[in-house]
Amino acid sequence: MIWVLFSLGFWAAAWALNVRLSHSDLVKSRAGALVVPAIFGVTLLVVWEGVVRGLNVPGVILPPPSAIGARIAVELPTLWADFRQTFLKGALSGYVLGCGAAFLTAIAIDRSPFLQRGLLPVGNFVAALPIVGIAPIMVMWFGFDWHSKAAVVVVMVFFPVLVNTVSGLAATDSMQRDLMATYSASYWQTLFKLRLPAAMPFIFNGLKIATTLALIGAIVAEFFGSPIVGMGFRITAEVGRLGLDMVWAEIAVAALAGSAFYGLVALIEKRMTFWHPSQRN
Amino acid sequence: MSRILPIVTVLLVIVCLWYVAAVKLNAAWVYDQAARAETPAPGFSELVGLTMNQERPVLPTPHQVGVELVKSTLGMQVSSKKSLVYHGWVTISATLLGFLIGTTAGILLAVGIIHNKAMDLSVMPWAIASQTIPILAIAPMIIVVLNSMGIQGLIPKAIISAFLSFFPVLVGMVKGLRSPDQMQLDLLATYSASKAQTFWKLRLPSSMPYLFTSLKVGIAASLVGAIVGELPTGAVAGLGARLLSGSYYGQTVQIWAALFAAALVAAALVAIVGLIEKRTLKRMGMAR
Repeated sequence: MIWVLFSLGFWAAAWALNVRLSHSDLVKSRAGALVVPAIFGVTLLVVWEGVVRGLNVPGVILPPPSAIGARIAVELPTLWADFRQTFLKGALSGYVLGCGAAFLTAIAIDRSPFLQRGLLPVGNFVAALPIVGIAPIMVMWFGFDWHSKAAVVVVMVFFPVLVNTVSGLAATDSMQRDLMATYSASYWQTLFKLRLPAAMPFIFNGLKIATTLALIGAIVAEFFGSPIVGMGFRITAEVGRLGLDMVWAEIAVAALAGSAFYGLVALIEKRMTFWHPSQRN
Repeated sequence: MSRILPIVTVLLVIVCLWYVAAVKLNAAWVYDQAARAETPAPGFSELVGLTMNQERPVLPTPHQVGVELVKSTLGMQVSSKKSLVYHGWVTISATLLGFLIGTTAGILLAVGIIHNKAMDLSVMPWAIASQTIPILAIAPMIIVVLNSMGIQGLIPKAIISAFLSFFPVLVGMVKGLRSPDQMQLDLLATYSASKAQTFWKLRLPSSMPYLFTSLKVGIAASLVGAIVGELPTGAVAGLGARLLSGSYYGQTVQIWAALFAAALVAAALVAIVGLIEKRTLKRMGMAR
């Protein structure tokens, strides 16, 4: 009981602190804007730990964060192997292939308005479909190893990137294109000097959406069959053995990998589209 | 007409490519059979015929998928365990329940966030960061943990769906409720409108376009959640179960039929939300 009371007290104290902080001038600084959510996150962890300990929640239902942390520390080699299998081999190779293919397709259909008018609605439609469902088919075609996961990821990221790239290539206005025409710039010169740079914010939007999809695709595809390594495999296997602390450890790794991947793409975006209004504060 | 023609062309091209791929992928089995029967390998025209209607093709042809789809929806009792209508309904009911929970929670939290600065600063960064996390990975755990607590069937799947639709709705709604500009807020302040009045008469109406955009994202995500939620329990019921049992027994036609059924359901759900959006925005004078 003392644990529950402690965590409730901690919650109240942290909340009061956050209310104070959010009305002070500190939040206007960059560090302050990080402190408030960090306090909130820590509070969640403390309350989780306190409630699990105080109410004696069994570990097969919800392990406390400390147990998960201990498990992460012990199982680092396994987690790294799973991460390599699912993220580096499956998700990343699929992401590069899928985004590359989508980008090239967008360039290829760029000269044909007819194809664009046909492909855009189809692509928009397909982007809303539950594409993860193709996972069993890909596992059948490409086997249990990471190739099938990469194939699922390719299909999943293809359409969002395609649709965004095509609409990005249409983002220049006629004044700018006329200017290039007065320079008697060729199609390729206009493409590389004007239209691709102007399309970058759109392309990066698609690439950012695709980061999350890639990780989801790679993990869910492992639910349909995988070698005995990989994040999706480990999650299903440990759920079956009721080793929930290991499941949470994998989820923590997946969350970290997802945010880091997204953050990396966002960072590259910031570097490459520094001229765009959304990047200049 | 000028809009439909390109789409039809693209779809036709896809179907043609599909047939070509089917012939190519299924040919191996035909050659294999011929070699076993020690008959000469079939010529091209014969080969095409033999690849069109295999029982367990590597890639089923479009017409096989279509026939299976019609047979398993219209061709049998709705209550039958083989009927896609039955399995589809299992998935849709979980999707809708989860969508309802997730949307309600998302909207309520968004209302709290715009009225409370501390909540905004604490929760919002996490809500945005959570969109980069593969939440779907927790699906097996939720199913099994709730199962061990004696909760089965609809609720665990609905919880996963709710999780997936919650965050897009939350982020979209916060953006929408903040969309009135200072001028409009000032006007209501000169009317000495209360916070509640500002909310009901200005913030809520102007958030509608944002709400519907995120509802469309949310309902598609909910469906994915429900389908994936059907995987860990083994192939019991639902479209996800059809996918899984198809992959267990090598029934490729069944997988493709379930996949297309899922696509149709997704399209229908998004279209319904889109229709409501159109009607609502028109009634509110915001149609674009």
